[in-house]
Amino acid sequence: MTTAAIAARPRRPSSLRRPGIAPVLILASIAVMAGLVILPLLTVFRDALAKGVPAYLAAIREPDARAAIRLTLIVAAISVPLNALFGVAAAWSVTKFEFKGKAALLTLIDLPFSISPVISGLVWVLLFGAQGWFGTWLADHDVKIIFALPGLVLATILVTLPFVARELIPLMQAQGSDEEAAALTLGASGFTTFWKITLPNIRWALLYGVLLCNARAMGEFGAVSVVSGHIRGQTTTLPLHVEVLYNDYDFVGAFAAASLLASLGLITLVLKTALEWRHSGELAAARKP
Amino acid sequence: MALEIRGISKAFGRFPALKNVSLQAHDKEFLALLGPSGSGKTTLLRVLAGLETPDAGEVNFGGEDFLSLPVRKRRVGMVFQHYALFRHMTVAQNIAFGLSVRPRAERPSKEAVKARVSELLSLVQLDGLEKRFPTQLSGGQRQRVALARALAIEPRMLLLDEPFGALDAQVRRELRRWLRELHDRAGVTTVFVTHDQEEALDLADRVAILKDGELKQLGRPNEVYENPADPFVYDFLGAACRMPGVVHGGRLTVADWETKAPVGAPDGAVEVFFRPDEVTFAPSDGAGLAAEVRAIAARGPDVRIECLIEGRIVELEAHGPTLPPGVAPGLSLRIKPLRPKVYAGAA
Repeated sequence: MTTAAIAARPRRPSSLRRPGIAPVLILASIAVMAGLVILPLLTVFRDALAKGVPAYLAAIREPDARAAIRLTLIVAAISVPLNALFGVAAAWSVTKFEFKGKAALLTLIDLPFSISPVISGLVWVLLFGAQGWFGTWLADHDVKIIFALPGLVLATILVTLPFVARELIPLMQAQGSDEEAAALTLGASGFTTFWKITLPNIRWALLYGVLLCNARAMGEFGAVSVVSGHIRGQTTTLPLHVEVLYNDYDFVGAFAAASLLASLGLITLVLKTALEWRHSGELAAARKP
Repeated sequence: MALEIRGISKAFGRFPALKNVSLQAHDKEFLALLGPSGSGKTTLLRVLAGLETPDAGEVNFGGEDFLSLPVRKRRVGMVFQHYALFRHMTVAQNIAFGLSVRPRAERPSKEAVKARVSELLSLVQLDGLEKRFPTQLSGGQRQRVALARALAIEPRMLLLDEPFGALDAQVRRELRRWLRELHDRAGVTTVFVTHDQEEALDLADRVAILKDGELKQLGRPNEVYENPADPFVYDFLGAACRMPGVVHGGRLTVADWETKAPVGAPDGAVEVFFRPDEVTFAPSDGAGLAAEVRAIAARGPDVRIECLIEGRIVELEAHGPTLPPGVAPGLSLRIKPLRPKVYAGAA
């Protein structure tokens, strides 16, 4: 090597920059990803199709499976909009107004993240179960919450409560309330201000939060498992259906149902990436610590 | 329309932002609210806009009880410090917003809105930028869009919060004159908030000086500059030199210099203020404050002279021609403040 070439070469004090280290690290990361993420994912689809496409389709079309899919969609269809509504309302109140107990509200919003989902299910059993606080009253009035759709929805709502609010709060904090104030001084009503100013400003973060919320709502196992009662064809959602079939040694059925959930995850991931790619600036503001 | 503010108080939690502030603005007046940060000037502006509710007091505008009106009924044009342009709307949509949210019966036709937008754009000298988004504009352009948007609703009063705060010095000066002309043409009462005394004195018909939520003085620019109500105002409105002194029997004594006390000066220990450029120089055996020149720095026609007076370092300013020849570091001379102001205070 000539002296000129040596001089031109930038000095790299870090030993990590030594040739050979970077490829090793990259390969190691890829290997870990392949072993822990991609391999299991492929296994799901392989085992689902182990007995051929007809068996796979039959497993999905089977009445209990269809009931599970329908129930999962219904639970998500109820809990995701409610949580989107709650998330927007919570983020709106926390970021645009000053009030007592704001810090407490912020902590409460995060609570479902920090407690085990089993507890999120158990609280509803303790409240509405046969032995629960309101159990007798509910039984007297013939209202079924636990081991029924309302219980599943309640458990799912509780678990997925933070997703939308968590996405919106940092973004709305960064945006401040000047634009809303400006709209008001220009003669807009509160509703118009929300509809024409606030909502367009948060739409991508809102969509992102709804997407995450939906993925979790459909995939939730722990909380739902506690309140479901596992009545086949009636109170088993897709994740529970997978477990039931697996325990029955019906592997094709279990993996077929699992493949639906995995596909849902993949679709969510693609949409999420697309969103991040198109609206990276806005979403970055939302994820600032 | 005339604005009358009476006894406005407002606290945020335990922090009092405004304490019993009363002031008036005449019809079509250009009023500056001047004060350091935390003086409550922006809070007062937001009270006028309806974005804050005061704890006590009244606001009367054109004979109407303003506080009982919700924000959107007040028809005030507010320009925010950071403009608060709607980021997802074009310039034209921003300006048209106030017209487009009117109830259907009062809403102008699409053509009328379009005509109004281009009229306003040419008023703020931004023709042809209708389709741009706020992020595609410079700071000065954004500020003018914000102004056009506020003017679009034909406001009864204009409120400007640090209208030049986020602009660099050159753009500031250009926009200042232009804003003043715009105000004169629009013919509405305007209240603007600033922490820049030069801006306030240069632009406003009258200046209200606030400190810690209290109104310290209200008057025309030359009035407040010539006769500051207290040491704070004196200090805030421009560079100030201060010395301890004593007033007795109509005579003011500062160190070994004795002179006639200003009219109305309180007897006893006082603080003497003078502007660093309002002094004359005399030889060391003449009359005035004994000073020793420490350093001299010329800035174009102006000369900055650092002096030691009574053990304090005082920076004076002189215009080249008024400076006696031969002034150099180490020289002793006498300084005579031309118009000392005297406030009762600790000696």
